Amino acid sequence: MVEQRLSVIADTDLDRAGLERELEKTWGAQPGFWGMIATVDHKVIARRYIVTAFVFLILGGLLALAMRLQLAQPEARFINPDRYNQIFTMHGSNMMFLFAVPVMEAMAVYLVPLMVGTRNIAFPRLNAFSYWVFLAGGILLWLAFLLDAAPDVGWFAYVPLAGPEYGAGKRADIWAQMITFTELSALAIAVEIVVTVFTQRAPGMSLDRIPLLVWAMLVMAFLVIMAMPAIMFASSTLIMDRLVGTQFYNPAEGGDALLWQHVFWFFGHPEVYIIFLPAVGMVSTILPTFVQRPVFGYLPLVMALIATGILSFGLWVHHMFVVGLPRLGESFFTASSMAIAVPAGIQIFCWLATLWAGRPVFKVPMLFIIGFIITFVIGGLTGVMVASVPFDTQVHDTYFVVAHFHYVLIGGAVYPLLAAIYYWFPKMTGRMMSEILGRWAFWLIFIGFHLTFFPMHILGLQGMPRRIYTYQPELPWGGLNLFVSLSSVMLAAGFLVFFIDAVRSCVHGPKAGENPWNAPTLEWATSSPPPSYNFRSIPVVEDRNPLWSRPGELTVAAGLRTDRRELLVTSVVEALPHARESSAPQSVWPFWAAIATSIMLIWSMFSAWAVVWGSMPIAIALIGWFWPKGAPEEES
Amino acid sequence: MKERVALDVSHLPLHATGTASPTWWGTCAFMLIEASGFSLAIAVYFYLMSLAPIWPIDVPPPDLRAGTVLTALLVASVVPNMLVSRWARQRNMWRVRVGLVVMSVTGIVPLVFRAYEFPALHVLWDDNAYGSITWTILGLHTTHILTDLVDTLVLTCLMFSRHGDNARRYGDVEDNCLYWNFVVITWLPIYACLYWVPRL
Amino acid sequence: MKRTLLLLPVILSGCAGVQSALDAQGQSAILLRNLIFVIVIVCSIVWLAVMAMLFWALLRRDRPKPEDSRTDKPMQTAVIAAVAATVVIITGLTVASFYTTRGLGPVPDVDVTIRVRAQQWWWQFTYEDREPVHAFQTANEIHIPVGKNVRVLLESIDVIHSFWVPSLAGKQDLIPGRENVLTLRAEKPGFYRGQCAEFCGLQHSHMAFVVIAEDEQNYRQWEATQRATPSEPREAEALAGKAVFMARQCSACHTIRGTQATGISGPDLTHVGSRMTIGAGLMENSRGSLAAWIADPQTLKPGNSMPLVPLSAQELRQISAYMESLK
Repeated sequence: MVEQRLSVIADTDLDRAGLERELEKTWGAQPGFWGMIATVDHKVIARRYIVTAFVFLILGGLLALAMRLQLAQPEARFINPDRYNQIFTMHGSNMMFLFAVPVMEAMAVYLVPLMVGTRNIAFPRLNAFSYWVFLAGGILLWLAFLLDAAPDVGWFAYVPLAGPEYGAGKRADIWAQMITFTELSALAIAVEIVVTVFTQRAPGMSLDRIPLLVWAMLVMAFLVIMAMPAIMFASSTLIMDRLVGTQFYNPAEGGDALLWQHVFWFFGHPEVYIIFLPAVGMVSTILPTFVQRPVFGYLPLVMALIATGILSFGLWVHHMFVVGLPRLGESFFTASSMAIAVPAGIQIFCWLATLWAGRPVFKVPMLFIIGFIITFVIGGLTGVMVASVPFDTQVHDTYFVVAHFHYVLIGGAVYPLLAAIYYWFPKMTGRMMSEILGRWAFWLIFIGFHLTFFPMHILGLQGMPRRIYTYQPELPWGGLNLFVSLSSVMLAAGFLVFFIDAVRSCVHGPKAGENPWNAPTLEWATSSPPPSYNFRSIPVVEDRNPLWSRPGELTVAAGLRTDRRELLVTSVVEALPHARESSAPQSVWPFWAAIATSIMLIWSMFSAWAVVWGSMPIAIALIGWFWPKGAPEEES
Repeated sequence: MKERVALDVSHLPLHATGTASPTWWGTCAFMLIEASGFSLAIAVYFYLMSLAPIWPIDVPPPDLRAGTVLTALLVASVVPNMLVSRWARQRNMWRVRVGLVVMSVTGIVPLVFRAYEFPALHVLWDDNAYGSITWTILGLHTTHILTDLVDTLVLTCLMFSRHGDNARRYGDVEDNCLYWNFVVITWLPIYACLYWVPRL
Repeated sequence: MKRTLLLLPVILSGCAGVQSALDAQGQSAILLRNLIFVIVIVCSIVWLAVMAMLFWALLRRDRPKPEDSRTDKPMQTAVIAAVAATVVIITGLTVASFYTTRGLGPVPDVDVTIRVRAQQWWWQFTYEDREPVHAFQTANEIHIPVGKNVRVLLESIDVIHSFWVPSLAGKQDLIPGRENVLTLRAEKPGFYRGQCAEFCGLQHSHMAFVVIAEDEQNYRQWEATQRATPSEPREAEALAGKAVFMARQCSACHTIRGTQATGISGPDLTHVGSRMTIGAGLMENSRGSLAAWIADPQTLKPGNSMPLVPLSAQELRQISAYMESLK
């Protein structure tokens, strides 16, 4: 024991430079290709995740442009119906499962450990595994598209159209298995977020001092944990119906087509909030910085997040208002769907109060947040409209709904996300993005968006259904459709400017300091970009806005070892320090486990035996992953 | 930024145990995921039952014998399981080793009875929706027994290796015991649902 | 401003359309349109109010110092008031939609019952009658009497479809293994276009139908014609067409009552000549479009179940003449 204690190095024994050198030696990634594969640094993995998700955003956007080209005039023949059905299915599945959810989770993976003041996410190897699985799922879907074998049954894959009788080939299986890939990665991240927030917060960061973004990510993680098993069940039973002849969805043998819709939407509605809650967390975190005042109504905002999370499980039937369910049930779901407007309202009004009391600085992130409020309120109000059963019978499955959810998803989630990218870009890369290009991007996206999507409300009320590849010239939709298609070019141009800015700023942007916006939360207490160990010393938190209450000074904890990856484990409620826990060092096993999992999942689209034989390599990879290697992290 | 040391943590242990440990929370989170999955499967069972004019569809209720014996075994296995957990908390290496061997066997025996449970349903997975949901629920639970069994076997090997005598390993044993309790507890509503609900 | 300018021409053109929720001519559709107007107006006012608050918050002049906590109290009051207003408004909208739903309920007295069997990608309509011999079938077109309640029974024989005639009523799904019911009641004579609203595969876009609302007398006349077996074609070309029709594959899939054509997988063609459109709303019905459709159905509507039957130019002319004669 004594000998061991002599050999360890504590941070208190070293000067600043020496400490940084020692920490880098312990936490830094190994060089070379395998070092890159094996890394478990949450920042590196999150950056990969974000970049990959944005690549999928570009691809999904190109699909959207292709659809707008086809719909620009009646009976156009640019795209044949088979390809069109693949394209709209790909667009929806890609945007939901490969862009929106992963990018929000990736932001959580990057920001949560920094904002709670720890050195890595909980279960860092699971985090690496999650990324590889996500990447494999994305590649699977896009390869299928290149081979003209992409799913063509809609992102919701309703049976019987997606079932064994009508869904020919492997298209629906590819959709279902892509779901399994992305849900696996999402569940892994959700577990990491929950455990990071519960056990790794900086000492003193009691529940009422947690930054709102972290609260939002925590609620989101719980939604993932409770909702995603439903879609795993749905996609697995769909594959089983198609592969081994189970009868879940076959009414002739006691199954039911509506069962699919219940299970799918039991997941599908919380899914919207899985995307939206991180976005409102971003708004609640960015807004105070640009009014230089703490957010008004911290407690109501936290309560609103939790209430939204709970209510989101009681809404799924509002996607099924025209399937012919009993009226009493429908009325209940109208009331619950309307009720979710209350927590949304609380948040909006708290933000407005914060703006009113503060001193707004109109930088690009702030512009996107103002754009968010303007746009999201429209999306929320059209949400109230479709929550009404009778109203919905006229607009369900029309372009009105297309307009509604793009207002919610782009206005409500992508605007805050873009604000977040402009806001945290300096932290992630060490460089600022351009204010000028940013303003161009904002105005093009904001105006282009409204010109593209607002007319769709009217098209829907005029009777234009969704998911049609063409329409007849005698229908009065041609003019507006052409207008929408032209406007979408403007929207696309806005995103192009954004991407140019991001790439250019990565290389040429002006250097950012530790805290370029004078923000109050912990991620700004370390260098930009943060070192591999995040914080030279773990911060100690005494209030909600640590960097504002003591400008220029950071209270920290001392006494951690530097010769192993060590961080602090604290208690759930009060964040009292409990132990110096180690964080897993890098490993290639998560990569191999992901490869084995991918092989099993893809193989199982073709043979049920894959589940048996394919599980064995996975088990081997997992044993390799967890088997102790005698590293200092193993000490206890 | 200037740093001011406000807390000395050098006296803290090198490893968090029990409910303070991230692994314990991670196990709980995974159990919550799986509990959601089981609840959903049971909800689907009742949904399909509510649609069917007679339940089970076209077959008698499942034979009770294999399932009831398995239930008794699982419930009985909680006793050695709790003991292993306690010994792990006391860091009693010798007892933990013996206990893990016992728990490995206790994991294998239910699988034998499980093999008889499937034919006792009198229905195949592709006969009708009743067959599909009962096979799926049984299969889902079987994978949980299997997973925990593999975990127990690997842990047993670990405890006999030079890596065994380590607070982390004892923590792993405790988490594994926790998970086995979860496997047993989730079985009880499933047992009631598969075997007794059709007899109501 | 931008939005108002945009809205104006659009709403105007919407009224002229034949398939629009805003151009309501049925009892349910009128109720729904009124509800839509009320909710849209209330929501627009809410939006304008929130925007007014937003811009006031952004642009107002004298600002307190951040550490000044005197603003907290009025802000708290304002936020509570705004949330209370939200609760009141959504409660009002919920109640309004309950009452509208009640007004849409099933009706006791029904004059006509039509059974709809949707399939990829056309609509089979059966007019039911207490005496089965009086029942008859049409495809992709129904006639209904104005001012009468028409009960529509909705079934699907393959995948999920949705029956939607926005000018008459809200939509309702057709789900395999289930039966749904919808009541149609047109208040004014006219042509109302309907379309499948649930994605149902390759040709979901081309699955339309027409509802023709006419006065009682015209309706009864149409009904009598549909019940009757068509008379033998008088034109020689059409008569020759009949022979070709019976000799080729056509009769394996289509029924023409009074002939040996009794196939049931395709639309009943007994009175195909009387219909406004062919191919489920794909084209206006004429001898030319019939010929084009029969000559190459897979180019006009790729993926539909009608095969290409090789016919000489003369046979094609004869068959289309025969089809046209089936009034």
